[in-house]
Amino acid sequence: MSTNNEKRDTYYESIIKQGYSRRDFMKFSTYMAAFMGLESSMVGQIAQSLENTPRLPVIWEHYQECTCCSESFIRSNHPIVADIILDRISLDYSLTLMAASGHQAEAAKHDTMKKYHGEYILCVEGSIPLGDDGNYCCIAGKSAKETFLEAAAGAKAIIAWGSCASNGCVQAAKPNPTEATPIHKIVKNKPIIRVPGCPPIGEVMAGVIMHVVAFGRLPKLDRLGRPKAFYGKRVHDTCYRRPYYDAGLFAETFDDVNSKKGYCLYKLGCKGPMTYNACGSMKWNNGVSFPIQSGHGCIGCSEEDFWDNGPFYERTTKVPGFSVESNADTVGKVAAGVLAGGVAVHAVAANISKRKELMDRINRGKTNEKNIDS
Amino acid sequence: METKNFKRVMVWELPVRFFHWINVLTITTLALTGFLIANPPALQSSAEATNLHSFGIVRFIHFTAAYIFFFNAILRFYWAFVGNKYASWKAFWPFSNKLWNNFWHVLKIDVMLLNEDHPDVKNISVGHNSVATLSYLALFFLAAIQIFTGFALFADTSGWWLPKLFSWVTPLLGSDFMVRTIHHISTWIFILFSLIHIYLVFYHDWLEGRGVVSSMFGGYKFVREDRVIKSKKLPKKK
Repeated sequence: MSTNNEKRDTYYESIIKQGYSRRDFMKFSTYMAAFMGLESSMVGQIAQSLENTPRLPVIWEHYQECTCCSESFIRSNHPIVADIILDRISLDYSLTLMAASGHQAEAAKHDTMKKYHGEYILCVEGSIPLGDDGNYCCIAGKSAKETFLEAAAGAKAIIAWGSCASNGCVQAAKPNPTEATPIHKIVKNKPIIRVPGCPPIGEVMAGVIMHVVAFGRLPKLDRLGRPKAFYGKRVHDTCYRRPYYDAGLFAETFDDVNSKKGYCLYKLGCKGPMTYNACGSMKWNNGVSFPIQSGHGCIGCSEEDFWDNGPFYERTTKVPGFSVESNADTVGKVAAGVLAGGVAVHAVAANISKRKELMDRINRGKTNEKNIDS
Repeated sequence: METKNFKRVMVWELPVRFFHWINVLTITTLALTGFLIANPPALQSSAEATNLHSFGIVRFIHFTAAYIFFFNAILRFYWAFVGNKYASWKAFWPFSNKLWNNFWHVLKIDVMLLNEDHPDVKNISVGHNSVATLSYLALFFLAAIQIFTGFALFADTSGWWLPKLFSWVTPLLGSDFMVRTIHHISTWIFILFSLIHIYLVFYHDWLEGRGVVSSMFGGYKFVREDRVIKSKKLPKKK
């Protein structure tokens, strides 16, 4: 908790106070530069800015969510991430991790919001329900929407953690009973970084925050507001099973021996070819593995409406408006069959209806044939 | 009754015919490879992935055919401004009374198969009839959808600026899932179109006897002599 009158420590100061050595600090800077995909020459710049920048006040709000984003974050690769970003970044309000509770916690949050108006970073985990006046999610007697708008008003930038805040995730799946809404649809006038994933990779989250901290501006975003450094490639394009895809070698079932050999899981419904994320290159749990490496296809958790994008274990193309069972190919085949039948009927009908005209022409043609001279 | 005299008329110029047959080849290739990509067959091979590139080749063919399809469409667009009146963009302009009168006529005679007591020869179109015109407009629109969604899916794996021009399509539609679904469904519409298209070419050739089928090879259709104004002189070649 930051106290009001104290001068804020720089990141470097708080890291040293935590008992880390300068060597640890330099390692940390290097780690972060690598996560962000920066050149090694940028390490110095990161270290320098961490030495000189006062800690950034952060308010971390939780709405309709499962806290898996926070869980992922505290497991990110380097211990300093958890120690500094979470404990020491002056995380002024986070339901999961703050020491205060009840009125004190609310008071601390409002303090930060007032004192650092226009300076703090608002991190949002979870979607915001708009149905029934927002009554589906209330914290401290206020609806999520109310709390969010209040916190967003003074934020320098907003980070939408995870698929809930970015896309709505499972609670926004059809029929979306609570009208769960991602935050970029509620606040339009603030810079928003969307970091989708269920959860996002811890290192990605650290990388995004460190970018804001170290460079004082948002990372480069794509058209959907996702940091390009982490969401610029499909999982498929960085997948270690990709050579099997290009070779045309596909696992047919999960108990297929080829699946263990590393064959591509494309036909088992892997959504890697449609999913933008860094799983293939950064992996999970300190770079140990990621779903596809563990033998399970990607479920596309960082894509919009991934719960409504068809079954996880099939490669289908659902046709909107048709029953769950019918994919585009079934509908297409039936349509082609019906059409072929219709064409055949039309052909017969045409010969009957236009018979006179046809017979006339055929007779004229035959007469001409007889009169050919030479 | 005497046989009518017909004049040979160059309707489909060479670039138009090339456009048509390149479309036939590329769309067939694209649909076949597209279905292979959507649902690849199980490959019985014990080769290591290093020594195989079969799926890569299928995709390569798909992308190459797509580029040919795209540039072919661009050339056709150009020809719409310099070609003859049957190739001109004016032939596809859907807001004219003439087109809609002909549209209802074609619906009655060729779709509902009614007969007229006193057929007017002017109702037989020299180029496309109006229903065909509208169906080609729909097809151009469909081709545009395929080009936009296809290049959008391709953009991220390409280093060239051309596919990247279409990278805004994916965010517009939400995600690759939606883009791929639309790309896939549109393929089926191409197939359904081809079915009707080929049937109707045969239908017209059989019932009108003026060389519709062969017109896409030689470019000539046969038009009743009384519809062709006798020109004083053929235009000289420059």
